[in-house]
Amino acid sequence: MVSGEDMQLAATRSATTAAPIVFQGVSKRYPGRVQAAVENLSFEVPSGEICILIGPSGCGKTTALKMVNRLIPMTDGDITIDGKSVNATEVSQLRRGIGYVFQQIGLFPHLTVEDNIGTVPRLLGWSKARIRDRALELLQLVGLGSEDNLRRYPGEFSGGQQQRIGVARAMAVDPPLMLMDEPFGAIDPITRDRLQDDFLRLHRDVRKTIIFVTHDIDEAIKMGDRIAIMRDGRLVQIDTPDNLLAAPADEFVADFVGADRGLKRLRVWTLNDLKLDPFSGTMHPAAPASTSLRDALSLMLTAGATRVTVLGQDGAALGCVSLQAIAAMLGPEPRTPGP
Amino acid sequence: MSVLAPFGGTPSPAPTPVIPGFGGGQSCVVKNGQFCAGWFADNFGSRFAPRLVEHIELTAIAVGVGMLIALAAALLAYRQGWFETPFTLLSAFLYTIPSLAFFELMVQVTGINRFTAEIALVSYTLLILFRNTLAGLRAVPPDALEAAQAMGLSRRQTLIRVELPLALPPIMAGLRIATVTTISLATVAAYIGAGGLGEPIFDGIQTGFKTEFIAAGVLAIALALVADGLLVVAQRLLTPWARHMRA
Amino acid sequence: MQTLINSFTFFGHHPGLMWDKTLAHLSISFASIGVALAIAIPLGVWLGHLRRASFLAINVSNVFRALPSLAMISIGIGVLGIGFANVLVALVVLAAPVVLTNAYVAVEQVDRNTVEAARAAGMSPWQVLTRIELPLATPLIFAGIRTGTVYVVATATLATFAGGGGLGDIIVNEPTYGVPGVIAGSLAITVLAFGIDGLLALVQRAATPRPLRKQKRFSRTAAVVAEPAREDLVIQQS
Repeated sequence: MVSGEDMQLAATRSATTAAPIVFQGVSKRYPGRVQAAVENLSFEVPSGEICILIGPSGCGKTTALKMVNRLIPMTDGDITIDGKSVNATEVSQLRRGIGYVFQQIGLFPHLTVEDNIGTVPRLLGWSKARIRDRALELLQLVGLGSEDNLRRYPGEFSGGQQQRIGVARAMAVDPPLMLMDEPFGAIDPITRDRLQDDFLRLHRDVRKTIIFVTHDIDEAIKMGDRIAIMRDGRLVQIDTPDNLLAAPADEFVADFVGADRGLKRLRVWTLNDLKLDPFSGTMHPAAPASTSLRDALSLMLTAGATRVTVLGQDGAALGCVSLQAIAAMLGPEPRTPGP
Repeated sequence: MSVLAPFGGTPSPAPTPVIPGFGGGQSCVVKNGQFCAGWFADNFGSRFAPRLVEHIELTAIAVGVGMLIALAAALLAYRQGWFETPFTLLSAFLYTIPSLAFFELMVQVTGINRFTAEIALVSYTLLILFRNTLAGLRAVPPDALEAAQAMGLSRRQTLIRVELPLALPPIMAGLRIATVTTISLATVAAYIGAGGLGEPIFDGIQTGFKTEFIAAGVLAIALALVADGLLVVAQRLLTPWARHMRA
Repeated sequence: MQTLINSFTFFGHHPGLMWDKTLAHLSISFASIGVALAIAIPLGVWLGHLRRASFLAINVSNVFRALPSLAMISIGIGVLGIGFANVLVALVVLAAPVVLTNAYVAVEQVDRNTVEAARAAGMSPWQVLTRIELPLATPLIFAGIRTGTVYVVATATLATFAGGGGLGDIIVNEPTYGVPGVIAGSLAITVLAFGIDGLLALVQRAATPRPLRKQKRFSRTAAVVAEPAREDLVIQQS
């Protein structure tokens, strides 16, 4: 006999398969305003990818995001999740299947952490024990896993910790899609860095489709599998971080990504991505293979060297790499990094 | 004209009392001392306890009904902003009418009974309860509301699970004030036959028997303080999160 | 309807009586509010300036507010006897807490940055108080005065039970004055309460520095409500 709960369990399990998102000619026009907030936006986000929406203030990125879970109704076009239009499902039900994390965090101050995380599960009729287990599991995923934390109130945590709880809450019923609106914007840079790293690590294990809004190009490059740059409501360019930096579509994009886009590209790659020359025996400045090319370049320049020795995980020398090899990566023809 | 003129210039002594009771402390009663503990203890059950119960009932009904009306009005004003001004004006108007005058005017309409008193008492609670409930609802952090909406809570679910609980502190504060004020006004309500602790006060003043009206007065004060204290405790119990905040 | 008309004729038939009682009522009211203000405003302003003793200014104040006035008067009759002193004490106890709490919060809530800027500019504490804090605190202080005065005028009706005179005498004396009298007295005291409130609204407006006048603090509802408004924030602190 399959209980109702088991069926819901099965449903959410299968929903772990992240869903692809498609924007088709989506527009948002406000009455009385000449310029549309979002104009004819069309792009795709494959399953399990992190797509960044970025652009200057007022470009429509947050509006576009909020049209996915219908916090803002769209004027034209359609958005589909796994082929199904967002307008086809009843709105509350739609939202329960989408995780939402935003800058002001929005934890419920009057509920414990456990009850906060359990908000949507409770709506779906999960048992108390199941909610508790799930809350603990999620807290562990975001680095706050302890029984005590379940019982605490949001007011007892720092901003960075609260946002971790916010992420945990958004993942409670394992939704296939998550919307994140400048989630780390209100947090200090050091904590933000850690949160970004932790989130990327989390995403490696729990692959969901993520649409992530930010105004910080460095965050976009670090976090995104794909970056969509918007301006005045329109999509200007959508590409991988490296392609975006290598070949900006126009002057606006070039300005936006910054004049140091060459160096930014070096951040995207590591020594692992280069073909190594055999180890010559001479002592050069050394760096582990996981070092970004940018840091390796910095190392060479500071040491006044033109080669760097690449170390493996155990510290043994794997080979070396020259200044020219790194510079060649930034050459006129964009290269995708080698194996 | 001297300010003391209405009082004949100097305080006058109390008239000779009509001694009501028998029982212990008779000499104290005869001399009409300030407080005859013996007489009070003997007569508590028959004279004071029922009045105390009546008083509690009067207050509980008035505050209960007032809370329901104020809650409904506040919810309406929360959703339809235009409603706030007319309702505030109305409840402020009722609140300003001096209690004795209000009671006497109502008596002409609905007669000398408890119902009349309740109408007046309920009217007095409306302003503070309405205002505090509405302020509480409006003070709910907007980010919590955004999260609730984005998570798929319906309007009704958001109201019951997020907005009302977070509005509790100001609502409880309003309840405290309303309850204490009602206890105070209910003493006057005895004048129009509503019972309660006002009755032994008025009786005692008429007969001049000090213990009676002093005891009733003390009981009324004690009731007010106890009610206030209980509501503070209730508020602490209902809002555990308010205690656990980072410095 | 007929009774209503009768009550109006009552005014016509007994002008002297109504006038005397009204004056008596006002004199006891103003004596009481005067004492209450003399005690509560300096204390409240001073504590607010020091930002000290919020517990005293607020919670103890709340406790005094809780005391039923009629009970106070009745106990007062036993202790102080029938007379002016008794009613005065009861009314002062009623009004002083309201005025105190409002005065305290009014001064305490002045933006600390403004106060610090004044101090940094070299003003003495007294100057800071009189030139910066008090003017900014005026609206709320006056809200407290207004609320307290209306309470006192309304509750002075009870003075009649302590032999105190005032319009209460007419309201409770149906045998002598009949139903028209009772209604007339009730209407009179009601009009008096609203009238004083309106008058004080004008005073409040006049005493507020012009730039602050645009705030929505002058409607009667705002004044009656201003005190509960502070109360709910104030009680939350405890």
